[in-house]
Amino acid sequence: MTRALRPDLAVIARHVAPGSRVLDVGCGDGALMAALRDESQVDARGLEIDPVNVATAVARGLSVVQGDADVDLADYPDASFDYAILSQTLQTTRHPDRVLEHLLRIGRHAFVSFPNFAHWRVRASLLFGGRMPVTRLLPVAWYATPNIHHVTIDDFRALLRERGIAVEGSWYLSNGRTARPGAANLLAEHAVFLLRG
Amino acid sequence: MNDDPRFGLNRRVVLPGPLRLDGGTLLSPVEVGYETYGRLADNGGNAILICHALTGDQHVAATHPVTGKPGWWTRMVGPGRPIDPARHFVICANVLGSCMGSSGPATVNPATGKPWGMAFPVITIRDMVRAQALLLDHLGVEPLMAVVGGSMGGMQALSWAATFPERVSAAVVIASTARHSAQNIAFHEVGRQAIMADPKWRGGDYYAAGDPPAAGLAVARMAAHITYLSEAGLTEKFGRRLQARPDRPDGAKSFGFDADFQVESYLRHQGLAFTDRFDANAYLYITRALDYFDLAEEHGGTLAHAFAGTRTRFCIVSFDTDWLYPTSESRVIVHALNAAGARASFVELSSPFGHDAFLLESPELARVVDGFLRAGETA
Repeated sequence: MTRALRPDLAVIARHVAPGSRVLDVGCGDGALMAALRDESQVDARGLEIDPVNVATAVARGLSVVQGDADVDLADYPDASFDYAILSQTLQTTRHPDRVLEHLLRIGRHAFVSFPNFAHWRVRASLLFGGRMPVTRLLPVAWYATPNIHHVTIDDFRALLRERGIAVEGSWYLSNGRTARPGAANLLAEHAVFLLRG
Repeated sequence: MNDDPRFGLNRRVVLPGPLRLDGGTLLSPVEVGYETYGRLADNGGNAILICHALTGDQHVAATHPVTGKPGWWTRMVGPGRPIDPARHFVICANVLGSCMGSSGPATVNPATGKPWGMAFPVITIRDMVRAQALLLDHLGVEPLMAVVGGSMGGMQALSWAATFPERVSAAVVIASTARHSAQNIAFHEVGRQAIMADPKWRGGDYYAAGDPPAAGLAVARMAAHITYLSEAGLTEKFGRRLQARPDRPDGAKSFGFDADFQVESYLRHQGLAFTDRFDANAYLYITRALDYFDLAEEHGGTLAHAFAGTRTRFCIVSFDTDWLYPTSESRVIVHALNAAGARASFVELSSPFGHDAFLLESPELARVVDGFLRAGETA
């Protein structure tokens, strides 16, 4: 069902309970929402900053609102969704910690996925090349990247500990496949966390 | 159904009413001018109500019987368009208070046998919606798969969803607002004062003289028309270019008060053309209804309460250069819908044409509305 989805989205789609209510923050063109709606009868709503993506999602029949996670999450009521999802968006926000708090306030659970800036390729690029890395997951040069708050898996775990946020699940991806959690901060290109709201 | 005289182009009906108006009076009878397109499905599930804007009319997709111009929203309604009579049963009615066949100040007051003039009761957006509901009852249309409107039509769509939530499956609200701002009211007051300052207005009792306050109405239209365009659009279209004259094809300043600039000539033309098709008193009444519109006020001051428990799907669209009903007003609606847990979509589209963009060719708008409506058809 989820073979066409980006790997992190496929992980999320597999773990969202059928029939639940989902808010996808930074939903892009609505690929995950459409999969959840069609395969799991999920009542999905989306928030997306790019108007072209919003138009595409709405034209797919999805309920998507154009807006900015940094600004517009404040308007969603507490505990109004079973899951709030933030996939590959955390690192693009101006205040990732506040966005995370809103996510946990709005959703009973929250999925957060992000590219791991401590992956060995990134480290190698900086260590040996002395240049900001341009990799498969970080394909845009430093001056044009939307990723303004790069984060590593260990950074994210530290933030969760600091804020007392409970982890209900975590998955690590490398080459589009699930990787073992051991040494994830070095070996995983991508992380998906399920948090308790 | 094809033989049913209730359906088709350029229809009129006199409904007994009475219609209880927000102002407290009862209106009876209620005349409605309207058009229908397409065929109502046996299960009644394909009806779409189109709501028109301030100076619009029921001729949404057919030739206007007076001006001979094509319908005002053929880009949205027609074969192969998002709203397609091949799939949908489309209804568009002239709003209450207007002058294209529905009860308004220019229609006859049964108590006096003369035009109502200013004795016509002041009406609201919700009154317009209730009159449309009476029409739908008459047509045998119960649920609406969608109510669709831009500008004042969008306000009616919101009011429909708030007033008859069980009857509206989906609402499309384009370039609109949930309340008139001080600036909106201010521009309308300029227009109303222009009409009332025209000596030919005669306290609204000008019908017998056959000499309506055209100059005042034209100025009202000119002021309003500016609000429908963007500054960039005006600059691109006219800049500071001068009107061509017989002896000076490039134009020249007259050092007088002729329409030297092209933009002046354009506005004068817009104003004059408008007076051929619109009643000055109707303009007063409809602008009043718009100024009174504040959907939150009708629901205890909280807009979200207007949509509490709603099952209606909403599609809100704004245009980035619309300064009459800017994107911020659409966001107010979206925030309220989110707070109410409603299924809401919102997109701000880009257009150089200001508020008028909703009437113009916009592939993006068509794509959004088409997808939104189709999602309701497969559900």
